[in-house]
Amino acid sequence: MSDILDITVVVNGIERNLEVAVNHTLLDVLRDQLGLTGTKECCVEGECGACTVTMNGRTINSCITLAVEADGAEIGTVEGLADHGHLSPLQQAFLDTAAPQCGFCIPGQLVSAQALLDRNPNPTLEEVQEALGGNLCRCAGYRQITDAVLAAAAGETS
Amino acid sequence: MRAFGYARPESLEEAIGLLEEHGSEAMLLAGGTDLMLGLRGGWSKPRIVVDLKRVRELASGIEESDAGLTVSAATVMTDITEDRRMQQRFPALVEAAVVVGSVQIRNRATLAGNICNCSPAADTAPPLMVYGAVVIAAGPAGTRRIPVEEFMVGPGKTALAAAELVAAIEVPFPPEPYGAAYLRHTRRKGTDLASVTLACGVDASGTTRLAYGSMGPRPFLEIDGTGVLADPKVPDEAKAPLFETIFAKASPSPTSMRSGPEYRLAMLRVLGARALRTAIERLAEGGSK
Ligand SMILES: Cc1cc2nc3c(=O)[nH]c(=O)nc-3n(C[C@H](O)[C@H](O)[C@H](O)COP(=O)(O)OP(=O)(O)OC[C@H]3O[C@@H](n4cnc5c(N)ncnc54)[C@H](O)[C@@H]3O)c2cc1C
Repeated sequence: MSDILDITVVVNGIERNLEVAVNHTLLDVLRDQLGLTGTKECCVEGECGACTVTMNGRTINSCITLAVEADGAEIGTVEGLADHGHLSPLQQAFLDTAAPQCGFCIPGQLVSAQALLDRNPNPTLEEVQEALGGNLCRCAGYRQITDAVLAAAAGETS
Repeated sequence: MRAFGYARPESLEEAIGLLEEHGSEAMLLAGGTDLMLGLRGGWSKPRIVVDLKRVRELASGIEESDAGLTVSAATVMTDITEDRRMQQRFPALVEAAVVVGSVQIRNRATLAGNICNCSPAADTAPPLMVYGAVVIAAGPAGTRRIPVEEFMVGPGKTALAAAELVAAIEVPFPPEPYGAAYLRHTRRKGTDLASVTLACGVDASGTTRLAYGSMGPRPFLEIDGTGVLADPKVPDEAKAPLFETIFAKASPSPTSMRSGPEYRLAMLRVLGARALRTAIERLAEGGSK
């Protein structure tokens, strides 16, 4: 049995009061307690980026962050990108370029790419590659992914 | 993950008290990018994890004084790479901080954690040593100052005494213009630990400071006071014997998965010459002070 702590987090704009085990990660809590399964579990050591979410506006690997560390923070997951069922321009660009192959890495790619566009609306290809360096794609659809981010930045989405 | 207790002290006194109370069964948590892997992998088995991020004295920030820039324990790599004063004054440290892991890792990984984890490959160690950075340790008996090159003792082993923690790292302003550069050698571009890390700094009086890592149990700092290395007019062949003295301690692991010892030793020399050249160029362009 592990210790339990009450935490308050704002997830995608909605405040949540949760009881979490202190040895559970933010990823565990997002997926298993909040049912937000868009955020993926993959390498569980901060290498692959499938679990990427934002915490107070900065991207982090939720697999190596304890849920208790998020107490009082604002968390953004891939589920927060669409607006009332309408895909965001970045999500649409991913579809346009057929960036999602198997799709498993895409939530993390989207969260990292959106965080990039939020701080740098007109990135160069090199800046996109650097920003997504912590998000691996086993299908190796990197070209389509970077094309999608550049297209979204240029406003070229269908 | 195995079970452990969790404490979130709000003052330095409380944090040190927890370390005194729990001894070696307590482990400090900063960004967790090293600790969480240990907790998951089972090689770190604390009974209690003490999270430092709410300790007010350690809150994220880079403070400027006449002496230099002081980086508090909760300050992450992104805070360092985005700081204009760091970019202007300590470019070699920014060059190291910006290659640590990925964006996600740099948003969590603290400078203090990088030094406390004490990996021989820690990217920020060589530039901190070249800039003469000092660890401010806080413990039951108060605070004391430890130069980074004395602080890093061996893999995972620091000079901290029982119940001590790192409160901040102070990077002093050089008294005169300084040229410095950081380079590392990795298997690939992107997220990777380095098989060679190396920083070099030169000043107008001709002193060269060179620090390198991934070449033994801890990073090493060497100082050349002859003026030969820092002299742009001295040909590379004449500098070679001095580099051999500087690299005498290099003994890369024969079993590393990253690269064989011969290759590492060869790359060490390449990076040494390159970093020295860049440091000299930066000093000639005015350096940073
Ligand atoms: C995917 C990935 C990529 C990485 N890439 C790199 C890389 O390229 N280069 C590199 O150098 N490192 C790399 N690392 C390692 C790690 O990110 C760094 O060492 C980081 O700076 C550690 O800081 P932290 O705040 O996360 O430390 P934590 O994990 O919180 O702590 C690390 C250790 O230091 C102790 N500690 C932390 N703060 C203090 C303090 N104030 N006082 C006393 N003890 C303390 C902890 O108890 C623990 O033992 C990588 C890690 C991952 C997961």
